[in-house]
Amino acid sequence: MSSALLIEQLLNGLQLGVMLFLMAAGLTLIFGVMGLINLAHGSLYMVGAFACAWVSAQTGSFWIGLAASLAAAAAMGALVEILVIRRLYKRDHLDQVLATFALILIFSEGTRYLFGSVPLYLNVPPELAGFVVLSGGSRYQLYRLAIIGVGIAVAIGLWLLISKTRLGMRIRAGESDREMIGALGVDIRTLYTIVFALGAALAGFAGAMVGALQSVQVGMGEPVLILAFVVIVIGGIGSIKGALVGAILVGLIDTMGRFLVPQIFALFMGTSQAATAGAAVASMLIYIVMAIILAVRPQGLFAGAR
Amino acid sequence: MSRETYVNIALALLLLAIPFAALQWGSPFYVTLATRMAILALAAVGLNLALGLGGLVSFGHAAFFGVGGYAAGILASHAFNMQPLNLGIVSFAGTNSMLVIWLVAILVAGLLALLIGLISLRTSGVYFIMITLAFAQMTYYFAISWPAYGGEDGLSILVRNQFPGINTMVPLSFFLLCYGVLIAVLILFAFLRDSRFGAALQASRQNEVRVASVGIAPFRIRLAAFVLSGMITALAGALYADLNRFVSPSMMSWHMSGEFIVLIVLGGVGRLYGPVAGAMLFVMVEFLLGGMTDRWQFFLGLGLLAVVLFARGGIVGALAGKVRHG
Repeated sequence: MSSALLIEQLLNGLQLGVMLFLMAAGLTLIFGVMGLINLAHGSLYMVGAFACAWVSAQTGSFWIGLAASLAAAAAMGALVEILVIRRLYKRDHLDQVLATFALILIFSEGTRYLFGSVPLYLNVPPELAGFVVLSGGSRYQLYRLAIIGVGIAVAIGLWLLISKTRLGMRIRAGESDREMIGALGVDIRTLYTIVFALGAALAGFAGAMVGALQSVQVGMGEPVLILAFVVIVIGGIGSIKGALVGAILVGLIDTMGRFLVPQIFALFMGTSQAATAGAAVASMLIYIVMAIILAVRPQGLFAGAR
Repeated sequence: MSRETYVNIALALLLLAIPFAALQWGSPFYVTLATRMAILALAAVGLNLALGLGGLVSFGHAAFFGVGGYAAGILASHAFNMQPLNLGIVSFAGTNSMLVIWLVAILVAGLLALLIGLISLRTSGVYFIMITLAFAQMTYYFAISWPAYGGEDGLSILVRNQFPGINTMVPLSFFLLCYGVLIAVLILFAFLRDSRFGAALQASRQNEVRVASVGIAPFRIRLAAFVLSGMITALAGALYADLNRFVSPSMMSWHMSGEFIVLIVLGGVGRLYGPVAGAMLFVMVEFLLGGMTDRWQFFLGLGLLAVVLFARGGIVGALAGKVRHG
């Protein structure tokens, strides 16, 4: 095990964490402001990836595709909010789970209908196609580094938006007392649509960027959605800071676990046994961490607005 | 008798009549369809105990369903290969006996439900939904990455497991066995619902503070309900594995967990026969739509959305009117 490999895995973990933050931030914002659990968030991730792949293929430019993914996911989010989600805010969580589960079925089959079952491929933009040489001589994809940078920029931007702007002030007010902000004359319905579209755009953005690293296919959002759930449960539902810490934690633990656990197991058992047992344990590691954190702090690390 | 009782009897008779009618009309495939209905209904009855009576929206019951399925698959494969199942300290012979398999399925799932419940019941609401989902995903990924029993490809059961006095390979006999288990569990469910335990469980859904103030710990009541609920769903999983003679990690996927919730809500939350009505409708719709279009899940999604938004109370609610429970 060389230090270069270790650094590479650390960066991969950071990149996964940053992506998870984009998903988890939207989820936790939507829950914090509207009290809604949205299972269809993974579908918006998928919408972003498909929009980026399709538009890039048509125009030949990744950047136009990326812009299209933001627009498509935000528009789809706003549409879904107005047609369906709006009716669910006053319902219990069971109804929210079911309705958004139904939305997943509709999105998945709808996408399959439009694009077929064959995965689409999205190339890394040529500007970022190169490699960076790490200390120790190994090379690391520039694109993954760019994802980390963009993710950190988005996190800072989101923090500025929420803590410094008028919209952010309204969002925070909506989190703490929705009746009062409505009584003060803020159009709460539009605010909810904006928050939902913002969360959708973040998810779509994540989907588009990850789409260049893996194949773009139906169902790609579901594993990410569940990881994002783990993130916000660890971080504390409703807390953006919690989502950031949780996402980095989950990204690093998952990636490093898959890398290190088999090697640790190999110290005291046969190589092939260690590989299988290690892979099995590594796949469960983040859930075990989640269980331990919940056993100590059931409300998550950073208990949010509620 | 109340109107709901009549509806329940009608539903039970209807499900029983399907395979006989199917054989009468020379379409034996429908016997398998009816068996599927009975088994999914059984799984959902298990969830209904936690979700309907206790208000615990578990999005992870597929884990118990899968544990039941793997209990059947693993024990049968060891019996087939004549290799004992070695657990380090102790080792067991595999078995083809459904009774032993059911017992193992129930015990293992009960233990798993105890562990998951101990952690997830410390939370409530959305946290509980997400945590049960996450734990079910954990078992799902474990099943995928553990190659000894087929990993992602799953595990075939070459010959359906045996039950004393019944030839389980005859579709009608296997249906009657599943139907018998379903009815027995429904009777157990009705008994539990009307017992002191059931009263405490339903009360802790309605008003936790009040239950605690009369000296009952809601946590322990809920934990007991969650464990029982997981055990019933695992029993259904063992039967499901025998129906398909195949287990795979997909039994533990979150789509399965979602399906169980759908069955309950379609049928009527907390209703004794809600899961039965839901499973009958769901399997029928799946079969009919699946025959017409490959995109049936799209229409299933639309239908489900319509039910959630506009038709609350489910089938039993529509047929039997409102319940007294609040």
